[in-house]
Amino acid sequence: MGSFFQDQGVRFKSAKDSTLNLPWIEKYRPKSLNNISAQEDTLITLKNSKDNLPHMLFYGPPGTGKTSTILALARELFGPELMKSRVLELNASHERGIDVIRERVKNYARSFIISDSDRNNQCPGFKIIILDEADSLTKDAQEALRRTMEKYSELTRFCLICNQISCIIPALKSRCTLFRFKSIGIDNMRNRLTYICEQEGIDYYPEAMDELIKDSQGDLRKAISWLNNASKLHKDDRVTVDTIKETVGIVPDDIINGLIESAASKSYDKIQETVNDVIASGYFGKQVIEQVFLKVLQDLRINEDHKCNIGESLGIIDKRLVDGGCELFQVLSLMCAISKNMD
Amino acid sequence: MSLWVDEYRPKSLEELTYHSDLTKRLKILASSEDFPHLLVYGPSGAGKKTRISCLLRELFGEGVQKLKTDIQTFTNSSSRKIDITVVSSKYHLEITPNEVGFSDRLVVQEFLKDVAQTKQVDLSIKHDFKVVIIHEADLLTRESQAALRRTMELYMSNVRLILCCKSPSKIIDPIRSRCLLIRVPAPTIDEIITILINIAKKTNVNLPLKVAKLIADQSNRDLRKAILSFESLYMEYDVLKDNIRYRFTDWEEIINDIANKISLHYNPENLENIRDLLYELLNTYILPSNLIKYLFLAIVRRADESVKFEILEKAAEFEHRIVTGSKALIHIEAFVINAMYIIGRYKNGLGTISMDID
Repeated sequence: MGSFFQDQGVRFKSAKDSTLNLPWIEKYRPKSLNNISAQEDTLITLKNSKDNLPHMLFYGPPGTGKTSTILALARELFGPELMKSRVLELNASHERGIDVIRERVKNYARSFIISDSDRNNQCPGFKIIILDEADSLTKDAQEALRRTMEKYSELTRFCLICNQISCIIPALKSRCTLFRFKSIGIDNMRNRLTYICEQEGIDYYPEAMDELIKDSQGDLRKAISWLNNASKLHKDDRVTVDTIKETVGIVPDDIINGLIESAASKSYDKIQETVNDVIASGYFGKQVIEQVFLKVLQDLRINEDHKCNIGESLGIIDKRLVDGGCELFQVLSLMCAISKNMD
Repeated sequence: MSLWVDEYRPKSLEELTYHSDLTKRLKILASSEDFPHLLVYGPSGAGKKTRISCLLRELFGEGVQKLKTDIQTFTNSSSRKIDITVVSSKYHLEITPNEVGFSDRLVVQEFLKDVAQTKQVDLSIKHDFKVVIIHEADLLTRESQAALRRTMELYMSNVRLILCCKSPSKIIDPIRSRCLLIRVPAPTIDEIITILINIAKKTNVNLPLKVAKLIADQSNRDLRKAILSFESLYMEYDVLKDNIRYRFTDWEEIINDIANKISLHYNPENLENIRDLLYELLNTYILPSNLIKYLFLAIVRRADESVKFEILEKAAEFEHRIVTGSKALIHIEAFVINAMYIIGRYKNGLGTISMDID
């Protein structure tokens, strides 16, 4: 009997440990507005309107801190405990058809807050509904939101978050204050990543950090999770550029150069052989064509007009790849297009 | 008796022969406390599944290779029943969401939630998370991939995902960035030869180096194909001599036949003959996109350098249409006609084109 309870204790402890093993993107999510970097304008406006928030629409590229901002704001407004009852977070992984908007969101929006006298009325008397990834809401669901937003604005503030503002219907846009999140600069990114490395005790080569920042293209979330993954492959030694490239899926430069040289040779068989090799090595089409195109842009052997032609075929080929076209064909046809456009 | 492919499949990380760097990485991963989500990708026959199963064994011990299969049923919003086959052991579950087509979002959401809400009860094991392997992850619809995003973060404490696919081109960015990418390249010809010779030793079959090389060359760096054709050659001849003739599979013969026909004539009767052959192939469940791929490779082998580019462009275009369209035969035929036209035009001297009717 005694041992049974002991085991229970052990299990409980390990469950607690597993929360310590959170992915870094969650672990290092900023806890307060002051910790959020690079979005000064937005932050000033938000801080000033804290007591009487408007409906908000956050938009901007991924990994710029949209979700973090609203979560941090909610935490500052309500405190960590009340937050659970005052904030409803819905995102694309929840069932979010029109029914949910009609029922769940509406019911939540119109429910009154039972006032907590012990809080000295410090926190504002409204709730927040966060609709994350709002661009994947159907149009019908967005239409259904319109009236709900107006009717219960006394009780509830909405915060819509999306990447592409064009996916939100104008009727919703006009009901919200728009906040644009700009991409996080290199310096801010480096600061944050270095901070995480210090906290986690990760040792790295400086070049690896540069590579990480370059490849993530301003998306801090990507950079952090890549760093997280790469660090798992290096327990005791320093994180190298190669590990970063491998975890990100970047194709090594010499392979890309090999592809372009084969195109320059103008021999179909040679191109096919090279492409076959690249695909067999498991590199994936989308990454290959992106990197090949970047290289082509720097290539002096190709003149401007021809680069335009290549860019046009790239567009078609990228679309075909995303639709699920065969990797071999599509990469081959890009290389052939480049080959034709070489003098 | 099982096939050689299964019989001689490596069972633990130590038995893996090639990609020693990768094996080392997998070992580090298995020994670390926090195991991330994985995205394993590489061409078919490179050994993705073998590596995953070896990794699981390293994580959980031998019990992970005792598998059972059952069918789970989910009900969608219009109360239609959806069945999905689940292969599972005590520590992990495997699903192929693609088998339910467009309802895969529901399956992904419900299935993962079910798994995530049950905790591992066995106290003796090393890790208290379960592993869910999703096969053919590149065929997941966009909605189900979007649904995975948040799920992957929320249930991180109970569930780890291993996505397995041929190419991550179709997997959306947010998922790619949440996973640790593991690339499994196809083995080189030399590595395939070594493995074939090893198997020959274990089975006491005399395999001359020349034959091993022939099989490896024909395999297109697909290890599974190489071992299978080795076994079938052995079944057929019993004694493998140096001067053995490599046997193509039936469908490869038919494709070569079609390619010959295309390069010879450019007329409607010929097309009709080809159509019969195409039907034959499609009826035996050769995937349309594979069909066009091998057909194209066969045509190009026969065609002149100057028309290859043009044929490729057509092949790439029609292959895409097969994937997005619904009736594959139409697009394959369109490609055949185009290829005929291009080759015929070249043979009759560039520019003018006339049908040869005999």
